[in-house]
Amino acid sequence: MHIVVCIKQVPDSAQIRVHPVTNTIMRQGVPTIINPYDLFALEAALELRDQFGGEVTVLTMGPPSAEDSLRKALTFGADRAVLLTDRFFAGADTLATTYALATAIRKISTEFGAPDLVFTGKQTIDGDTAQVGPGIAKRLGLLQLTYVAKISALDLEARTIDAERRSEGGVQLLRTRLPCLVTMLEATNQIRRGAMADALRAARAPIVKWSAQDAGVEDISKCGLRGSPTIVKRVFAPAARSEKAALIESGEQPAEALIDAIFKRQPALETELATLARGY
Amino acid sequence: MATAPKTAAPASGRAATKKELSEHFKAYKHVWVFIEQERGQVHPVSWELMGAGRKLADKLKVDLAAVVIGPEGEATQSAAAESFCYGADLVYTVADNLLADYRNESYTKALTDVVNTYKPEILLLGATTLGRDLAGSVATTLLTGLTADCTELDVDTDCSLAATRPTFGGSLLCTIYTLNYRPQMATVRPRVMPMPERVARPIGRIVSHPLGLVEDDIVTKVLSFLPDRDSAKSNLAYADVVVAGGLGLGSPENFQLVRQLATVLGAEYGCSRPLVQKGWVTSDRQIGQTGKTIRPKLYIAAGISGAIQHRVGVEGADLIVAINTDGNAPIFDFAHVGIVTDAIRLLPALTAAFRARLSPHSRDRIAS
Repeated sequence: MHIVVCIKQVPDSAQIRVHPVTNTIMRQGVPTIINPYDLFALEAALELRDQFGGEVTVLTMGPPSAEDSLRKALTFGADRAVLLTDRFFAGADTLATTYALATAIRKISTEFGAPDLVFTGKQTIDGDTAQVGPGIAKRLGLLQLTYVAKISALDLEARTIDAERRSEGGVQLLRTRLPCLVTMLEATNQIRRGAMADALRAARAPIVKWSAQDAGVEDISKCGLRGSPTIVKRVFAPAARSEKAALIESGEQPAEALIDAIFKRQPALETELATLARGY
Repeated sequence: MATAPKTAAPASGRAATKKELSEHFKAYKHVWVFIEQERGQVHPVSWELMGAGRKLADKLKVDLAAVVIGPEGEATQSAAAESFCYGADLVYTVADNLLADYRNESYTKALTDVVNTYKPEILLLGATTLGRDLAGSVATTLLTGLTADCTELDVDTDCSLAATRPTFGGSLLCTIYTLNYRPQMATVRPRVMPMPERVARPIGRIVSHPLGLVEDDIVTKVLSFLPDRDSAKSNLAYADVVVAGGLGLGSPENFQLVRQLATVLGAEYGCSRPLVQKGWVTSDRQIGQTGKTIRPKLYIAAGISGAIQHRVGVEGADLIVAINTDGNAPIFDFAHVGIVTDAIRLLPALTAAFRARLSPHSRDRIAS
């Protein structure tokens, strides 16, 4: 079995700082990490490989420094890493991203064997769109299972997969056919520590590096900024409300003072809260 | 849409920053909202989007249409009828029993076909698990732009959709355009837009469109559906009162102070993103851009600094009360009432004071 896992190297958002005057991101010194949601996808793929045999290929698109994230994925036990890097990919929105990744997965298919499964995380923590997984599936003609909480069965002979998919009001148990793309839900597994042997191997392992041309991109105008139908026109910080928060003095009885301030602003709340509170 | 832009400066030097709509896209007119229903229940986000869509359509002087996809019969008919009460000028329906359950393949086919046939300029969907699954597939099929999780939708002077959303992990906002492709697609999370008023109106024009599939065409099968138990479901997004805690609580044990206050108020409790990332609280309780958007009558934020990604999730609250030790924390920029103090110390006192104030006994006393 061959599984491709798409990962993204992202800035550790907990440490992003915005320049107060220019409203630009201060990137210096912000550490990068593997998008945390992708680790659930990687672990799910590794577990299936351990159970059914085969190989896991991790794929990322990014600057040359994204190699760090691929090596990290190798330390967890991935078998092969592919870095798609080219200035033509820069500035891609999700549609252009899915074009590049789908092209690379086709190339992986011819070089290393057709994948039975493609995994992505639920979404990234920098873009938060959740669109790249479905986009890759559509471009490759794969069936898709999004927001998967659990893969309950995999039958490589019958070429079927059963999975529990989170929907708004419950859980759908779905059966579909391989090859298929799965986006994993968070907190569905715990990424392994990785074996010492994998850590040693990861340090020296060759990373497959492809430019747009290497990956077999036929139409460069579908990549990066040029291939993106969406345009970011303006980036800004929201204005503060004209009226600043009314500050309560934390004197002798701050709790009572705060409650008085609340009910003074919203007199109707007192009755409503009393009714609500009685319901409990 | 999309992934975070690579620079925070306006994308200068980009090939297509000017609107040059090709001839065949000029036929794309009107604003559409996808009405999401699951097992006979319309998701409230669909009506919220109808409110936003109505405003866009009025500004553009075009029609607002609802698209209802579902099984034949009562549920789909009543969703279509309701759409008129929330402002639709007309409704497109694809009703087929193969659409009883949401499946990506059949719903993508249905929505893509209707778009290709009737050509909307704007298509809005809820950013739910269903809406995001569907929107990504439809936008990729149509090769058009899709802006996820918008917090504001407007129409520019050149009639383009201006879709604003948080970016860089929610530390800034950006306004995104799909200038030269149609339809311009956007998703919006539940509760981001206010619920419009429902006005009883007769059923208007309904255009039905065939699905054109047989069951054998659809590979994916639904083996079963397990509805969530009501008790297990948090009603955070639609709660009237919400109490939330952030990193200022200092330790996971202190989060119980938030829950205790919530209990006394009959409120739902929530948290900021770092607490979920630290594993102190489960992700279904997260409030903000990547969690739930709330519009309660009263929101109490304890030990939350108020990053933009949190702010966009709570700004719809009628009254925001902030408790934070740092008087310069951004939360005081958008809270209505604030107190600069340690939430760990204030919360127990607040819980006790609210309990005393709201108990039936004390109310009798006030009345007498």
